[in-house]
Amino acid sequence: MKILAKRPKGLTDARLTYCPGCLHGVAHRIIGEAMEELDIVEKTIGIAPVGCSVFAYNFFACDMIQVPHGRAPAVATGMRRAQPDCVVFTYQGDGDLAAIGTAETVHAANRNENISIFFINNAIYGMTGGQMAPTTLPNMRATTAPYGRDVADMGYPMRVCEMLATLETPYYIERVSLLSPKDILKAKKAVKKALKYNKEKKGFCLVEMVSTCPTNWGLDPLASIDWAKKNMLPVFPVGVFKDEAKRQEASK
Amino acid sequence: MGEKILMKGNEAVAEAAIRAGCRHYFAYPITPQNELIEYMAKRMPQVGGTCLQAESEVAAINMVLGAAACGVRAMTSSSSPGISLKQEGISYIAACRLPAVIINVQRGGPGLGNIAPMQCDYFQATRGGGHGDYYTPVLAPSSVQEFADMAPEAFDLAEKYLTPVLIFADGLLGQMMEPVTFEDDYGPQSDKSGWSLGCRKGRKNNHIINSLFIDPYVLKEKTEELFKVYDTIVKNEIRYEYYNVDANPKILVVAFGTVARVVKTAIDELKDQGLEVGLVRPITLWPFPYKAVKEAAKKVEKVITVELNMGQMEQDVRLAVGDTCPTQVIGKAGGVVFTPMEVISMLKENLA
Repeated sequence: MKILAKRPKGLTDARLTYCPGCLHGVAHRIIGEAMEELDIVEKTIGIAPVGCSVFAYNFFACDMIQVPHGRAPAVATGMRRAQPDCVVFTYQGDGDLAAIGTAETVHAANRNENISIFFINNAIYGMTGGQMAPTTLPNMRATTAPYGRDVADMGYPMRVCEMLATLETPYYIERVSLLSPKDILKAKKAVKKALKYNKEKKGFCLVEMVSTCPTNWGLDPLASIDWAKKNMLPVFPVGVFKDEAKRQEASK
Repeated sequence: MGEKILMKGNEAVAEAAIRAGCRHYFAYPITPQNELIEYMAKRMPQVGGTCLQAESEVAAINMVLGAAACGVRAMTSSSSPGISLKQEGISYIAACRLPAVIINVQRGGPGLGNIAPMQCDYFQATRGGGHGDYYTPVLAPSSVQEFADMAPEAFDLAEKYLTPVLIFADGLLGQMMEPVTFEDDYGPQSDKSGWSLGCRKGRKNNHIINSLFIDPYVLKEKTEELFKVYDTIVKNEIRYEYYNVDANPKILVVAFGTVARVVKTAIDELKDQGLEVGLVRPITLWPFPYKAVKEAAKKVEKVITVELNMGQMEQDVRLAVGDTCPTQVIGKAGGVVFTPMEVISMLKENLA
């Protein structure tokens, strides 16, 4: 018998606890594969946030820690100062990263901490049951925006990559999506690039992944993907917002 | 033992922490502890360490959490309002069983209060401070030398019991200059390779640090384990000082930190006048020296708690004294420091 596919070394054997149709599993897998391919599982520390992916410490095979809501980039800062030869990544959702953890995210980026942030943007709070996120789309309904996000009252969705790209120091910032096999391959490339940059001690990397939440959007998994393509991507366009390596190469 | 150096408390405790092997310090400016972060900013690069000015107190304590999880001696410092902001992180550090040292150079409160020395964070310090069922050992220095000595002691305690440890000073101690000496070597650090992150070196299993226990029975078990550690700390680590307690005093004072020093001056002065007053100075505020206070209370007519707040430690003193004898609290708000003369006249009223 020939093995065609198996779990990457970057993931444990634990059964994922995510909802059916959730794309966290896909994001976990590509990070796991990237760690294996870069041979860094043994020198990586992963940071699980508060939110749906709070149990990520059971799923990644590297050393793991679970930290307070929004504080992952600060914890990562402490870690990478204490273990400069390790690769440190955080895995955060939109509420964790762009609401309660905004300051930690912006300042870690501005200090060019040698860490990777994997930012899952599905425009909603998942774990707590569908509340409005900083990335919730205009007029999109959430349990705390039952009449839809009124931009006059609650502002527009925050574009984290675009905001961070205005800073001088961050090394690499890219937004990808997880909405098709082709997009997932691109996302994998971005994740691997970020971890490789960290392995080489280049500096701050953030990969935002546009994702879905079938459960809290009230759509089946396929309809969620269609909805995200139609509604999320125009607000959160994929692309590279900063890549210092490319810039330096181009200026040679 | 080195030569005597005249230093501010904030600088002395920073130097002692460095000599005790602390190479990771994260903090945010706040008066009256600024000399501490400024000293660290100057000294850490000289010893190959990290002093990072964080974007907030919240970030600073979480940087400590990250560094401590990686097995290094990590420390932060602040003053009252900033310590409030750190409570989330301190709760996580306690729950994750990580060693770390936090210094509170207290100022006046509540709210923004002022920058005068106070002891009004006593409840917060001795009752856990953040959310959840936990305690942190609290060391209360009363001189610059003791403030400095408590840095290595706090790290040793933190590593021995895997807990955050609080050094509980005040603005007076932080700003005051006194001669201080340092040890050249404060002894080895504990081996943290059994649980720390990121130093895998052939270790087969990954390490996980976590404070989430979704199953109530597991959280119950984990909390009970934590409280077994606290029982051991209570058994082994209570520290206090008796002063003039054996001179048959009519009155016993309980005071800690800088207030205890003012009280000592008052006691010496009264002794010259033929009046005897004893003092118990709790050095650990948690665990509190209940037995020591009770034993001393048995021989006196009254126990008076003197503290720079409206009466916080006096609750612990009353728990200790019970119905052994009457108690009273002399507290003062606002950061208006007691003078020896003031304490003398208040004690004399009770001695009459």
